[in-house]
Amino acid sequence: MAGQQHDSSFSNPVIQWIDTRLPIFTMMQKEYAIFPTPKNFNYFWNFGALAMVILGIMIATGVLLAMNYQPNTLLAFDSIQHIMRDVNYGWLIRYLHQNGASMFFIVTYIHMFRGLYYGSYKYPRELLWMLGVVILLVMMATAFMGYVLPWGQMSYWGATVITNLFSAFPGVGPPIVTWLWGGFSVDNPTLNRFFSLHYLLPFVLVAVIFLHVAALHIVGSNNPLGIDVKSPQDTVPFHPYYTAKDSVGICVFLLVYAAFVFFMPNALGDPNNFIPANPLQTPADIVPEWYFLPYYAILRSIPNKLAGVCLMFGSLLILFVLPWLDTSRVRSARFRPVYRQLIWVWVAAVIGLGVCGAHKPEGIWVVLSRVCTLYYFLHFLVILPVLGKLEHPLPLPDSISRPVIGGGGGPLPGGATAKPMEKA
Amino acid sequence: MRALRSIFAALLLGGLAAAPTLAQEAPTPPQQQWSWEGPFGTFDLAAAQRGFQVYSEVCSACHSMKQLHYRDLAGIGLSLQEITAIAAAVTVPQGVDDQGQPKEGPATPGSQFRSPFPNEQAARAAENGALPPDLSVIVNGREGHADYIYAILTGFAAPPPTFTMQGGMNYNEYFPGHQIAMPQPLHDGQVAYTDGTPNTVAQMSHDVVTFMAWAANPELVERKQIGWRVVLFLVVMTGLTYAVKRKVWADVDH
Repeated sequence: MAGQQHDSSFSNPVIQWIDTRLPIFTMMQKEYAIFPTPKNFNYFWNFGALAMVILGIMIATGVLLAMNYQPNTLLAFDSIQHIMRDVNYGWLIRYLHQNGASMFFIVTYIHMFRGLYYGSYKYPRELLWMLGVVILLVMMATAFMGYVLPWGQMSYWGATVITNLFSAFPGVGPPIVTWLWGGFSVDNPTLNRFFSLHYLLPFVLVAVIFLHVAALHIVGSNNPLGIDVKSPQDTVPFHPYYTAKDSVGICVFLLVYAAFVFFMPNALGDPNNFIPANPLQTPADIVPEWYFLPYYAILRSIPNKLAGVCLMFGSLLILFVLPWLDTSRVRSARFRPVYRQLIWVWVAAVIGLGVCGAHKPEGIWVVLSRVCTLYYFLHFLVILPVLGKLEHPLPLPDSISRPVIGGGGGPLPGGATAKPMEKA
Repeated sequence: MRALRSIFAALLLGGLAAAPTLAQEAPTPPQQQWSWEGPFGTFDLAAAQRGFQVYSEVCSACHSMKQLHYRDLAGIGLSLQEITAIAAAVTVPQGVDDQGQPKEGPATPGSQFRSPFPNEQAARAAENGALPPDLSVIVNGREGHADYIYAILTGFAAPPPTFTMQGGMNYNEYFPGHQIAMPQPLHDGQVAYTDGTPNTVAQMSHDVVTFMAWAANPELVERKQIGWRVVLFLVVMTGLTYAVKRKVWADVDH
């Protein structure tokens, strides 16, 4: 035998010819068309798809920007202005990219909140969640390096402050910083390598997202009730049901994005980045972009630099062990009366940290950032492990189709599902 | 390394006297009315053209606008003939001649705006040690934006009797720290407007800030025009996709 051909069900001869040799169409059909998806998603479940859309926009606009950008300390600032003024629709490409970074973080943070609220990180989705944390870390590194590229004052001083964090580690710290810089201060070698890595990391992101989605398609999606799919009646095929619902979310998301890009493109930026980088003049207050402010507040809440750095990285790394810190077996906050309240206190603490991060660490802001930092860690290290033991969860529904009270959710009418139906 | 850094810090503090971003007590600049504000705002082209006259006759003696080319002036409504004439009256560096000597000649519409000084050292030598900032994107590059620039231009005053001035500095109500290296640049009647607009300090400041706002955001009008089309398209698209979604989901009990 010369080998086996895949048994393709496609009737179009060209598609069939390809599919019998490389069954990508069968795979797409299985994973994105008939893929059985819980039928009770709310609009929070749009944000994964939104993150994919914005990543695509970021890569497309980024490739175009790289065609006109000069990663050289003498030319970088002017090359951005060249893009804004002389490249055809360069201002549009650049503002899409600049504001796209903020949109990517808004979408990702809401996506993560969804996971926290509905317990999407719990068995059997621990690895799926951990891959998500890797995605967040890669995103942050990419965004940080991207912010350095325009070589404005905040680019330069942000890069100086953040790279200097590594100098807090005793012994190995200062050599690490020199190694990161490629010299003895943030300078041309730093800008060059940041440009290179800023172009590389998004494709690393694509690879990790592929694993994230692959893991999702093995264990299946969580849902607002947080209970397992019991029968085919609990699900609908991904297409057309969720392609249609995601399309609505994408349109609304693009509206918000367009409002920023076209009517307030610099609202989320810092005026200091319109001043070319000057190593001899420190801005009055060095602040990162809004999406890093909570971590920045944690860093500055501790008077000891090493402790601050450890807490800041710890605030992210703790997410890796979240599936084991939360001892409750109930996923959805809907059925956890106490967790349902406390998750909002945690959200308030994170927002509080964000506000603190935007202010100089003086007076009330120091106190507030310490209280919020304390609560941030208390939530993960004390409340979640203990609450799972003490809390009395509400009774869970029997199935997605049949909520616990009332018998609603009859079987789907014909044509609504690609799978044969079972009696409820 | 640490010692080096503290020397650095000391140098920085010393150099901050003229720093625009120094966070010291300065009143919030009062809000002005600007033509380009709001989702439908566009530039007042007559004001921007007068502002270009103010920049050419006053500001450009010390401040560069090196991100701009003369051809960009089409954006404030000047014709190619006018632009060519404006450029031809300016002498700019034009590389080197056959002997390798630096060459100068009249600018063309494609030339960069002429910079008053060849480099930072020359500027500082001529300006009592201070460096006049480039004005290309200054409206975007200051907290308070156009209102702040206007407040600086109109905020010169005699220092309060208790206030100690450093030599060569000027008192400005809105500048952080109140001591600015720039002397008051605009005085009533200084620029001869040809369209009968009164040439008061307030009017000239308003006009030159309009010009600088255009210079910092030359794409603003086109951006908002495209923006409205995109928003309208997306609103219709949102309605349509929502209707489709409702229809698709109509047969699912959820």
